[in-house]
Amino acid sequence: MFNTENVLETIKMIRQENLDVRTVTMGISLYDCVSDDISRLTDNIYDKLMRKAERLVPECELLEKYYGIPIVNKRISVTPVSLIGGRATPSDYVKIAKTLDRAAADLGVNFVGGFSALVQKGMTVGADALIFAIPEALAETKIVCSSVNVASTRAGINMDAVARMGRVVKETAALTADSDALGCAKLVVFSNAVEDNPFMAGAFHGTGEGDCAINVGVSGPGVVEKAVERVGDCDFSALADEIKKTAFKITRVGQLVAYEASKRLNVPYGIVDLSLAPTPAVGDSVANILETMGIETCGGPGTTAALAMLNDAVKKGGVMASSHVGGLSGAFIPVSEDAGMIAAAENGILTLEKLEAMTAVCSVGLDMICIPGDTSAATISGIIADEIAIGMVNCKTTAVRVIPAPGKKVGDSVEFGGLLGHAPVMAVNPSSCERFIARGGRIPAPIHSLKN
Amino acid sequence: MKAVITVIGRDRVGIIAKVSTACAEYGANIVDITQSVLDQYFAMIMIAEIDHLTSDFPAFADAMNRLGKDNGLEVHCMHEEIFDAMHSI
Repeated sequence: MFNTENVLETIKMIRQENLDVRTVTMGISLYDCVSDDISRLTDNIYDKLMRKAERLVPECELLEKYYGIPIVNKRISVTPVSLIGGRATPSDYVKIAKTLDRAAADLGVNFVGGFSALVQKGMTVGADALIFAIPEALAETKIVCSSVNVASTRAGINMDAVARMGRVVKETAALTADSDALGCAKLVVFSNAVEDNPFMAGAFHGTGEGDCAINVGVSGPGVVEKAVERVGDCDFSALADEIKKTAFKITRVGQLVAYEASKRLNVPYGIVDLSLAPTPAVGDSVANILETMGIETCGGPGTTAALAMLNDAVKKGGVMASSHVGGLSGAFIPVSEDAGMIAAAENGILTLEKLEAMTAVCSVGLDMICIPGDTSAATISGIIADEIAIGMVNCKTTAVRVIPAPGKKVGDSVEFGGLLGHAPVMAVNPSSCERFIARGGRIPAPIHSLKN
Repeated sequence: MKAVITVIGRDRVGIIAKVSTACAEYGANIVDITQSVLDQYFAMIMIAEIDHLTSDFPAFADAMNRLGKDNGLEVHCMHEEIFDAMHSI
């Protein structure tokens, strides 16, 4: 019935190789909270979150006991707030953010995502007001996450929004300067944002979603690294097979937890996100997997190919293990949240340009990267535009979460603590893109967006 | 429903007795025991029926973990479903 080897393998994966369920995220629609009175709107939001997610944390804690597996984060995502704000002013949006923060704290969840706007083609009055409010909202709240989708393969790139987000990142950094621009760690700029993403900071409950859903993000870089180590110097076919088998097992745990959480909470099961999500802990690093494959230091020649193979094998192994796959589904490469990436960036092998190339073959983008505090808004917009163009042209999600920590220079280090980790400040190409960003308007959608 | 109880540690007298006694106290019926050696460590796997537990499952799992800590052993008590999920298609 139970094979001893299998039982011990599972125990070893959980206890020694950091296998965990990274997040159970409850997506909650705020459509039925709409009101033209801001006090009623915030009351409705608070009441709905408290009602829907009341049992989220306790039930997840019970599941941890039942299955003996850590569920590291319990989170909430909500309908992009700009869609339910109506005529809300920027200061009203800050009130909404504070309401989300209060509800999330009262529920005991780790983060709430969805202080978001979708402006890939243009900007509504609501989106404009929300984006205006982002710096203050992130400075005034603790666990609210914000995202703005500025491009899609179908719509092209809204370069006005890209220019604006460069300034918003700078303002957020300035308003949260006393915590090394922690606000920027809670702000993502997207291309092709997905509607059922359980991971922060970019989670929101999409427009086509139902009233409520349970989405689960799995993890397990440590497990994959050990599997790669065990097979030794085999050829790529054998290596890919081993990663696929491991990804299957990891994903089955996510599927089990998603199914059980959905049953216990009486909320429809949405998706399992097949992502390899690292943490700063030793033995939980995506960079270390690439290094175990044979790359001396992550960022060196061969890194992009290794990552492409890893990303594909994880998806192939995971897809059969889950009835509904969604979210971002790919290996994440956040610098500050991955011990191997931190080390590679510190010794100068891993650069911003190499990270950009890597994002073309994995999920999700230039993530948790500290850059000098004096980087201009236009340069940040240029970095965003480059990354977002990769997403638009390749029909994939890409994102930028950079942290221009005020007063910090290349060689300094920024410490966020916890899962956000720490990161060296990385060099940014000094050449100016001011004139390019100042053009404004939209970059047209690529030819292959015309699929009908 | 079944629980899988794994006990890992250096071999010593009375390990099985201690775990079995705790199972009996909580109304868990042991249906299978296997032992093996992993990296020079004693590893025992017990399968117990938990339909008639005298407490809820988390309390039983906590008691097993405590038993392990008190005796210098690593004891994990997990619901069978996680093993089924990971190792069968």
